[in-house]
Amino acid sequence: MKILIKNGIVIDPANKINSAMDILIDQGKISGVEKIINIDVDTVIDAKDKIVMPGIVDMHVHLREPGREDKETIASGTKAAAKGGVTTILAMPNTLPAIDGAEMVDELKNIIGKTANVNVLIAGAITMGRLGSELCDIAALKNHGAIALTDDGSSVDDADIMLKALARAKKDKLVLICHCEDKSLSEKGVVNLGVISTRLGLRGISNESEYKRVERDIGLAEKAGASIHIAHVSCKESVEIIANAKKKGIKVTAETAPHYFSLSEEGLLDYNTNMKINPPLRSKEDVAAIKQALRQGIIDIIASDHAPHTENEKDIEFDYAEYGTIGLETELAVSVTELIHTGLLTWESLVEKMCYGPAKVLGIDKGTLGIGRDADIAIVAPEKEWEVTKECFVSRSNNSAFLGKKLKGAVEHTIYKGNIIYSMKP
Amino acid sequence: MGFQQETNILTKEEIARAITRISHEILECNKDSKDFAVIGIRTRGYILAERMAEAIGKIDAMDVPVGALDITLYRDDLSDVGDQPVVHKTEIDFDIEGKTIILVDDVLYTGRTIRCALDALIDFGRPKSIQLAILIDRGHRELPIRADYVGKNLPTSQKESVQVKLKEIDGEDRVFIERHENDQNGK
Amino acid sequence: MTRTVNKKSQWTHKDLLGLEYLSKEDIELILDTADSFREILDRPIKKVPALRGKTVVNLFYEPSTRTRVSFEIAAKRLSADVINIATETSSVKKGETLNDTGKNIEALKADIIVVRHNCSGAAAMLARHVNISVVNAGDGWHEHPTQGLLDIFTLRKKTGNIKGLNVSIVGDIAHSRVARSNIWGLTKLGANVTVCAPGMLIPPGIENMGIRATEDIGEALSNADAINVLRMQFERDEKGAFPKQMEYFKKFGITDERLEKAKKDIIVMHPGPINRGIEISSKVADGANSVILEQVTNGIAVRMAVLFWLSQAKKGLSK
Repeated sequence: MKILIKNGIVIDPANKINSAMDILIDQGKISGVEKIINIDVDTVIDAKDKIVMPGIVDMHVHLREPGREDKETIASGTKAAAKGGVTTILAMPNTLPAIDGAEMVDELKNIIGKTANVNVLIAGAITMGRLGSELCDIAALKNHGAIALTDDGSSVDDADIMLKALARAKKDKLVLICHCEDKSLSEKGVVNLGVISTRLGLRGISNESEYKRVERDIGLAEKAGASIHIAHVSCKESVEIIANAKKKGIKVTAETAPHYFSLSEEGLLDYNTNMKINPPLRSKEDVAAIKQALRQGIIDIIASDHAPHTENEKDIEFDYAEYGTIGLETELAVSVTELIHTGLLTWESLVEKMCYGPAKVLGIDKGTLGIGRDADIAIVAPEKEWEVTKECFVSRSNNSAFLGKKLKGAVEHTIYKGNIIYSMKP
Repeated sequence: MGFQQETNILTKEEIARAITRISHEILECNKDSKDFAVIGIRTRGYILAERMAEAIGKIDAMDVPVGALDITLYRDDLSDVGDQPVVHKTEIDFDIEGKTIILVDDVLYTGRTIRCALDALIDFGRPKSIQLAILIDRGHRELPIRADYVGKNLPTSQKESVQVKLKEIDGEDRVFIERHENDQNGK
Repeated sequence: MTRTVNKKSQWTHKDLLGLEYLSKEDIELILDTADSFREILDRPIKKVPALRGKTVVNLFYEPSTRTRVSFEIAAKRLSADVINIATETSSVKKGETLNDTGKNIEALKADIIVVRHNCSGAAAMLARHVNISVVNAGDGWHEHPTQGLLDIFTLRKKTGNIKGLNVSIVGDIAHSRVARSNIWGLTKLGANVTVCAPGMLIPPGIENMGIRATEDIGEALSNADAINVLRMQFERDEKGAFPKQMEYFKKFGITDERLEKAKKDIIVMHPGPINRGIEISSKVADGANSVILEQVTNGIAVRMAVLFWLSQAKKGLSK
């Protein structure tokens, strides 16, 4: 099976390519990237005026399986990924039960093998049951196939345990991802602390509850001489702390999600529970700081933090609603709308943050269009406008913070290992 | 749309004469007991009531209590589709218990307004009797109601509307008929 | 006798969720109508048929006697039928959801739901899910619009005009829906609002609502034409953020001594129920400046006006 992508603008920062190129795919791999390729193939995709980029590597996704298949499954989540141009996912371990031992990794691997539509990588928990008190058997997690560790959804409160985890992760060459939240500061909060929480009469979550923990975890990583990845950065103080740590040479990488650079707390004025997210949508000032951090490279990675929830868990009293928004199907469009069309980022730097950058952090051979690599490709219509509606999602849930928003930029085709796994309906 | 045509019915002087005559009639009918009060239906009935009380006071050197009744909350068409109502104050600062009440309105038509006013009045107590004074009776009753004192009986068609203008509100005293002609069938 | 001439009235809201969402004209329409309704309460027969055949459901997820009774009386004065549903604090874990309860009440052909709920935003959510009118009778810390309206109505009756008045709200501002509704309503009508509380009870960014905040009770009282004393709810204290009761009274309690330094005719309001000796002294609560019981009576007239306009809402809603 040979596929030829003609006339597209190929963006591949790993190989310093940003120009009109043809791409030949043969037997699931990229076999040619040249100005003009003329050869007999099975399928030709005309990509004139389209962006041809590596498939997105989304290192922060909640697939909910096993345990909450009513919200999402590996099958439905990876189908949503395909629609969003995502070809590699790091699945978060806060399933039911949590991925905290070899058996759970095996079970998950089994489901992935049977049902996944894209590449799904496994993150194991740091502590048993993600309860923060007892370290998992990290070597076993690694040996059975986990490539990262995180207690995402919670932070490891005990600094001593966190330090040990960092040391183990370093030894076993696993990526340690920190959900930074001091629950003693954010307790019961449901929106950003400030003018909006005051107006709405809702409990606030301070910036402090995030950045104090970012500060602590980076300090522990420095002490352990380990690398560390900070998940979903949302506030300006965290940005500053990460920037300083990078200057000092600490091995820290940072990620943010599209909603933190596109939406602010003001969207919550009508108690829209789809915008109830943890960390919360912050002030306009924070949003501006996140954008600048992306531009300056302080934040390395954009990931969706795709967090599906059922309508029963979202369409209820604000205090009772679950935290999180889905994001796999909108992350690229939101990024193109907010970062490319505003001139904040170039296509190369966006691909760096969504494809090549996360692949590097995870240590996987993805996120580029180099010859011989897996043919994981997204073809994007950069000017195409569309409106986010409940009906447009293939995810099992539709709790999107972007419902009703108009976005500019749409995935037309997604190719995974040489197969076209998604094409936009004409 | 049709066009409108106005026909004058009462002048300023004729209105004044009608009020004076009704005032004499009221005194004549109630000569046995002077324990009566005048209550007008907002808004123009109340103004007529004020004028009648003044006229009665002049004729018989007595102080007649005057009240204002707002019947918005008693209307039987309140929940029908239509314009939103305007709620005014009802102001009756005397006890109506045992009194003869002269209820005053500008135009008597279907009788529904008076029905509402009777309901509203009775919520204030139990008057000895209620008599009805009207400036214009234009017919077309839908309820068994009749006026005790009438300024002018005016046969009308239902296509017409009777307009009473009073200077306290409208800047002039005048009564006229407005005829809404419908080019087609005039239904 | 005065002649009240209302402007051409226009009510366009299906629900009353908060004073934040009303215009100055909306608020004035309710106050003017309440003025007309106030007289009904002094009649021998305290009832008019305006809402005859309508059903008002009081749906209370928080214990409340006075607000519920006030709504009940208001509805009955307008000849509506009233059903009271009191539920334990709602929980997502057990029982029927608020939305389902609301839809059931709608299916029972009720016309207006008056809802009190412990969660901020609950009334707004309910209003989105039903086609019938919803009145917010207090949602979490967010708003208690009819309390705000009756406080403003009482002030307007006493002073004639809200514009330019200096009003201080004293007490637990952070957790008070009464404070928020008063702030929205008073500022829309042109009053100068000051809130006064211990620092921990002044929520961040409150000044952005167009008001002044101070921790100095003397300052809050010095130029005030009126003070609204909030009930201190010590049971809400979660992390020991509140001062102790006696300490609070010493520092913020409204006493004769404090009032002596204020304007002589300062109006003292309280949404009730009052904690004597905690936020207000008995002498002040029962004294000449207090309008606390007038507020209770006015509350009925204001709620009548609200129920009346919501029952007329369909006519004003633009298609």
